[in-house]
Order: sequence, then C-alpha cells, then structure tokens
Amino acid sequence: MTQPPLLTIILTPLLILALATLLTWVERRLLGLWQDRYGPNRVGPGGLFQAVADGIKLLFKQDWIPPFADKAVFILAPAIGMMTVMLSFAVIPVTARQSIADHLNVGLLFVLAMMSLGVYAVVLAGWASNSKYALLGGMRAAAQMISYEVFMGLSLLGVVMITGSFSLHDIVTAQSGLWFIIPQCAGFVVFLLAGIAETHRLPFDLPEGENELGAGFHTEYSGMKFGMFFLAEYAGIILVSALVTTLYLGGWQGPLLPPVLWFALKTGALVAFFILLRAALPRPRYDQLMALGWKVLLPVSLLNIAATGTVLMLHAPG
Amino acid sequence: MTATAPTTLAPERIIPDSLSEKITDLHKASGIPTPLLRQTTRDGVATFWITPAALRPVLAGLKHAAPTTHMLFDLTAIDERGRRHRDEQPAASFTVVYHLMSLTTRADEARLKVALTGDSPVLPGISDLWASANWYEREIWDLFGIRFEGHPFLRRILTPPTWTGHPLRKDHHARATEMPPYSLTEDEEMRQQDAMRFDPSLWGMKRHSDHSDFMFLNLGPNHPSVHGVFRIILQLEGERIVDAVPDIGFHHRGAEKMGERQSWHSYIPYTDRVDYLGGVMNNFPYVMAVETLAGITVPPRAQMIRVMLAELFRIASHLVFYGTMAQDVGQLSPVFYMFTDRERVFGVIEAICGFRMHPAWFRIGGVAMDLPAGWEGLIRAFIDDLPRRLDEYDAMVMRNPIFKARTKGVGAYTTAEAVEWGVTGPGLRACGLSWDYRKQAPYACYGDLEFEIPTGNNGDCYDRIAVHIEEIRQSLRIIRQCIDNMPAGRVKADHPLTTPPPRARTMHDIETLIHHFLSVSWGPVIPPGEARACIEATKGLNSYFLISDGGTTSWRTRIRTPSFPHLQMIPLLSRGVLIADLIAIIGSIDFVMADVDR
Repeated sequence: MTQPPLLTIILTPLLILALATLLTWVERRLLGLWQDRYGPNRVGPGGLFQAVADGIKLLFKQDWIPPFADKAVFILAPAIGMMTVMLSFAVIPVTARQSIADHLNVGLLFVLAMMSLGVYAVVLAGWASNSKYALLGGMRAAAQMISYEVFMGLSLLGVVMITGSFSLHDIVTAQSGLWFIIPQCAGFVVFLLAGIAETHRLPFDLPEGENELGAGFHTEYSGMKFGMFFLAEYAGIILVSALVTTLYLGGWQGPLLPPVLWFALKTGALVAFFILLRAALPRPRYDQLMALGWKVLLPVSLLNIAATGTVLMLHAPG
Repeated sequence: MTATAPTTLAPERIIPDSLSEKITDLHKASGIPTPLLRQTTRDGVATFWITPAALRPVLAGLKHAAPTTHMLFDLTAIDERGRRHRDEQPAASFTVVYHLMSLTTRADEARLKVALTGDSPVLPGISDLWASANWYEREIWDLFGIRFEGHPFLRRILTPPTWTGHPLRKDHHARATEMPPYSLTEDEEMRQQDAMRFDPSLWGMKRHSDHSDFMFLNLGPNHPSVHGVFRIILQLEGERIVDAVPDIGFHHRGAEKMGERQSWHSYIPYTDRVDYLGGVMNNFPYVMAVETLAGITVPPRAQMIRVMLAELFRIASHLVFYGTMAQDVGQLSPVFYMFTDRERVFGVIEAICGFRMHPAWFRIGGVAMDLPAGWEGLIRAFIDDLPRRLDEYDAMVMRNPIFKARTKGVGAYTTAEAVEWGVTGPGLRACGLSWDYRKQAPYACYGDLEFEIPTGNNGDCYDRIAVHIEEIRQSLRIIRQCIDNMPAGRVKADHPLTTPPPRARTMHDIETLIHHFLSVSWGPVIPPGEARACIEATKGLNSYFLISDGGTTSWRTRIRTPSFPHLQMIPLLSRGVLIADLIAIIGSIDFVMADVDR
C-alpha cells in the first residue's frame, strides 16, 4: 500500500466542504423545481453563489453561546459532527487510484465507527444547549441513531460475507461482475433507510423536527457553529451516497466513461434521490420510526445475513 | 367521504318541541315564581329573561335532556348602562346572554338573558354543565368584570394578567388618544415578563409524580406549528403529554370594542381580519345582522354574488388548511402547490373585488360593485382546473401511508364531545353528524343551491382533513351553479339605509341630497333593536350579535367565532399523546388566532 500524496490529504476535505456548500444550493434549486417555484436564482449564474453568500453570512454572525449552555461541550459538539463525517471520507475509494486509505483492511468498520461517534455530536449538542427543545431533539437523536446503526451494521454484513473483506477497495473490485444491489437488494434497502436515519434527513429528521421542536438539537446554535452542523449534514448525505455507491452500485466501475465520472454520477443520483425524498414524504412519529426499525428492518437484515450465508455455504468450493 | 353513509339524526330522536318550549316547560318545573319574560328581537330568535335563581335549573334540564344535541352556542354579556332603547326589558346594569342551539334537522336556537345589577355582579357559573362555558365565562370576567361562582379558574383570558379594568365596559377607554402617552420602563417590562411566567401549581398541576419529574414545555407563543401567536404549556413525561394548558389572547385586538366606535359601514373592513383567511366570509354575517336590524331586503343578484365569493374564500381557506396540515406532519411540498392554487383564487377575487385577502367587499344592502366583464370565464377556468389538482393531492397526501399513520386515530372525539365543547364546522361533521348551517338554516340563496354535506366517521384528524377536502369540491359545485344561474338586476338594495346610499336622485331634490350627505358623512342610523346573523364560515359557525341603540355605531358587537371553542378542546385531545400527535391535532383543528382572540 503506497502512501497517498500529501496534496490529496489536503485537497479531499476542502473538496468535500466545497461540495457540501454547493449541495445546499443544489438542494434548494431541486426542491424549487419539484415544488413549482424558483429557489435561489439571483446571486451569480443560476443563483450558484447563494451558497457562498450564505457562508459569508454565517461566518460574520456573532459567535454567541447562550449563557445557560455548557460552554465547552457546546463548542465541541459541532466540531465532532464535522470531523467524524470528514474522516469517513478517507476510506472511500473514488477510483482505483484516487483515495486516501481505501486499502485499509478495516475500512468499513472505520466508517461505522465514525458514524457512531457522529451520534455524540447531536446528543451532546442537545444536552449542552440546556434547552428543552434541544434536549428532546437530542433524546430522539440518541434513540434513533443508535438503533439505526444496528441495522446499518447488520445490513452490511451480507456484502462483507460475499467479499470476504472489510476493505472498501476490495468490495468494489468484487463487484466487477455483478453489482451487489442485485444479490443484496434487501441489504441495500435497509442500508439506504438506515443511512437516511443516520444523516437525520426527512423523512427521518426527528431530531430536528422543526414542526415539533423548532429546530431540535441545534435550536440554540447560530453563526458558524450552526453552519458546521449544516455542512456536516450535507457532507453526511454525500458520504452515505458515496457509501451506497461503493457497497452496492459497483463504485467507480462502469463502461465507456472514466471511473471518476461513474462514481460522481452514481453518487450524484443518490444525493438527488435523498433530496427527492425530502420533497415527497411526511415525517413518521417517533414511535413509528422505532417500530419500523426494530420490527421490520432488524428481521429483514437478519434474514438477509442468514440467506447470504446459506447461499455462500452451498456454493462454497470443496 | 361521501361514500360513507352520514349519520343524520334518526327521526325518532328528534325532539318534537322546540328549544323555546322546552325552556318554558323547564322554567315551570323549576318552581321559581318569577315569570319567564319574553323579548321580541329583530332576528326572531326566541329570547327569554330569566332570573339568576332559575338559570341553573333550566340550563341543567336542557343539558341533561336526551338526546344531547343542545349546544352552548355562545355566552356573552352586554353593558346596559346608558342604553336608551330597552323597551320590554327588565332593568339591568349588565346582561349575560346564553345563546343555545339545538343541532336537530333545523337550527333551533334560543337566547336566555339574565339581568344583573350593581358594579361587580356575580352569577352562578355553568362550566360544570357545558365544558365550553369555561373560556366564555373567563372572557366575560375579563372583558366585563362579571364573576361566575363555581368557576374553577376565573382568570383573565384575552387581556394580559397585568391589565387593569374591564375593556368592554362602557367606561373603559377605547382609544389610545383617551390615555396619557405610554412608556415602557424597565421595571414595568420585568413585571410584564414575570406575569407571563407559567406557574403549574396555579393550574393545580403537580411538578412530579411518584416516579418522575415532569417537564413543562412552553410551546409558543412563537412556534412554527401553532399557526400564529398561541401558547400551549405542556406537562410532559418524556415526550408524552400529561396535560396541556392553551394560553390565548396574544392576538387580541379589541375587535368587539372597535365595533362600538366605528360607524356601521366603516366596521366592515375590521370583520375581514377576524378570520383573516376567510376574507368576505367575515363580512357576510355582519352585514346580514345589520340588514336584519335595518329591515333591508338584499336583491337576488347581490345574494348570489355574496354566496359565490364566500365559497371562493372557503376554497382559499381550506387550501391553506390542507397545505399547512401536510406541512405540520413534515410533508414539505404540498403547501407550495396549494398556495399556488390559492394564488389563483386570489387572482379571481382580485379581479372582482380589487383586493386579495381582505376585500371588505360586502356592503350594507348588497355588494360594493357589480361583477366585472368576463368574470364567468375567469372563474370557470379556475373551477374546471382545480378538481384535477385535488385528485393529485389526494394521491400525494391523503393516500400516503406515513400521512395516514400520522393522522388516523389521532385526536379523535365523538359527536357528544363535539356538542359539549361547542365544536361546529368540519370538526363536527368529521364525527359523522351531517349538520351544516347552510342546509339547516339556509341563508342568502343557499336554499336554492344543490350541494352535499360531507361527513366523516371517526372524528379523528384524518376525517377532519377529508371533510375539508370534500368541502372544497362541494364549494366548486356551488360556484358553478352560481355562474350558471346568476340573476340579473341590482347589486344593492333600494333602501334608504343601504350604505353608501344610492346616488341617482341626489342632484334632483334637496331632501335626498341632505339624506345622502348625512348618511355618507355620519354613516347610517340603524333603528334600535337586537339581531344576530349566523353563517357556516370556513372553520365553523360564525355569528355577529349586534345591538343598535339607534345610533351611528353599534351598542354592542358580539363576534362568536368557531375557533375559540375549538381551541379550548386541546387539553382533552392531547392528554396521553406524543408531541408529534399534538402538532397533527393542532393542524387538523383549522384555526387562525385572530379568529380566537378577535
């Protein structure tokens, strides 16, 4: 395994930040399109610089911490959120050559570990804010994200069993014949749902639930600290989309077009799907969300593991 | 929803005798020697003067009489001090008015009046009989300073707790110019803020149970889902609601007091802003009440124009309800589509009235102007297109499994509870009672129009939404009939009190000129009397009870709004549910705060 060039290590986070910022604009334009309205279209070509303008606005806002908040944790929470998402990108193989650490032999476990740490961002934010709405949001987040992590981990096992490796690079190369979405369709669906829940996006945005909790866990946040939650959420969307691409859609592989374009296309389509979900669906109630997880997704992913195992046993050489 | 058979009241359950006969019988049975005085009013609603001693026996008899379709429709008071025209009425400084309605096949109504003397009168309360009386009695205490014995929590409701005086008394100032300049000192600001602090023990709430501490969550007055400035204080155990206390009054603007200062004509624009989604729907009961007092007969063309516009506003209001309801359960897109449709309704309304949300377009005796050239095509284009879009919304919202899971079986109440709490409109019909004032007591030209009353079965959030949607379709049907059958003729009555008065002859004789001049500069002088007019507004029954003392302004303007009793029901519906359910319930009630606080 060769050391990745330093430039890649520096550029990757910057690129992801830029993409996340761009995504805030893309989402608003797409929502506008689907909701029969314009969305931001005034600043720059097609409103493209709206994202920049928003960034400037957030940066120049007063950096305010509510007097009743737990100051240290209040500052720490958004940083955790941002960092865990960014670190996860390290193991994503964009192409066979473009990645920081895609050969890491526990790559998939690393991603799951980072996502688990990401829960702390939301829970700590809710707790440190010392506000009731934030607390309720944090409570919901803790229950929802910890539960859905279980199904997420379980749903992945099928892929790991077929590949026999936790390395994301190996997982992609194992799909050169058939994308895992076909043999692992149940795992794909569970992973996708769990991914939405992990990024707490509508319809699983209960930790925020603006109609109920104002803004949920980040009610008390403003300025760039809010901006970090905001960007972390969008980076999270890109991350989950990139993961789905890697795990189930054959990663960079595809005919004719260069690999990097394939990767971008697949990820982009999934990101658009995420946004479409937000435009289309209402939000289930907290207990309904939990019931879906434990009563449907858990059995499905367990069955999936059992089925995958059986098939592998039957086809095992010798 | 029309597929399900509506549960109309079975014929054998309809009481043969009317409310007024029942009241006379009950009064006889109570054994109170003072006779029941009958007063004639311009609106023909049976009105009785009853002594405070006989009040409770009679009302209790009515309440407990089976079937329980007797609703406490309205409860209000009148400051009688200084009123000149009180023929055939007993002496009183204040009068408390109980307006009862029996929800039988026709709207059977009666009024009970109690004369009170002295400066701080007391009356036995009836909140143990009708749950809805609770807020009405608090309102009367707040605005008139009349005490109700046995009330569990007689506290100010519309004005802030720091207010001094009782605003609807005649000796209370009505304008800022009657007061010294106002300034807010820091101490005063702190005092006002302290008064807003919620004290659970004041409401008889415990701070903790045997197992856990409760959390008190202040939902509002500024919260994305309370549809205006409205506060609900929640007592929570986890996310489950133990109890809720709705706190209203943040939107109180003294609409009733303004009615006593504005001329009969210039008050019309104020009514638009009561249910601010209803537009001219609010003008409707007001001008009808004034016309009843003045004895004006409105020409048929004006009647039909009024109905057509009122139904257009019903559609506009229901579209807002539909969109925001979906938004409340987290569906982001529908509200944009429905506001687009509403925009088209406003396009039509603007072409006819020149204004969009608050046209104030009805006049005493008719409407402001005739319909503009080409109005039929404009409306037809809209009503031809909307059903297709409604079908799309059904697929998007009403058939969405998550939406169903969020609204079915949530916030359900029975017909009996609805009657007990004074629920009218779609919220009542969702329980299965096919009762619509447009059918039960047809006003304007509703009697000549064909439409159905959509009903639900379960009285839950989902049914309330479904009834609203079907009502949009029925309104389209009514509007279509209005276009097809629009009569020719005048759009304003030929009557001296029609406002503004007809001008045609003013330049021909001095007498008409003088009358016109006075009527325009001072406003019309409406003959003394009492009348109320009630309509099926967008959110339920809306009525204006007007008293004229023979002046250019009203002596008392009572606005009975549907949202007020509906909101009072929130604690009943929210006990034991999750916060998310409460948001769905609030959304499905369909209220605007101006309609509650006036």
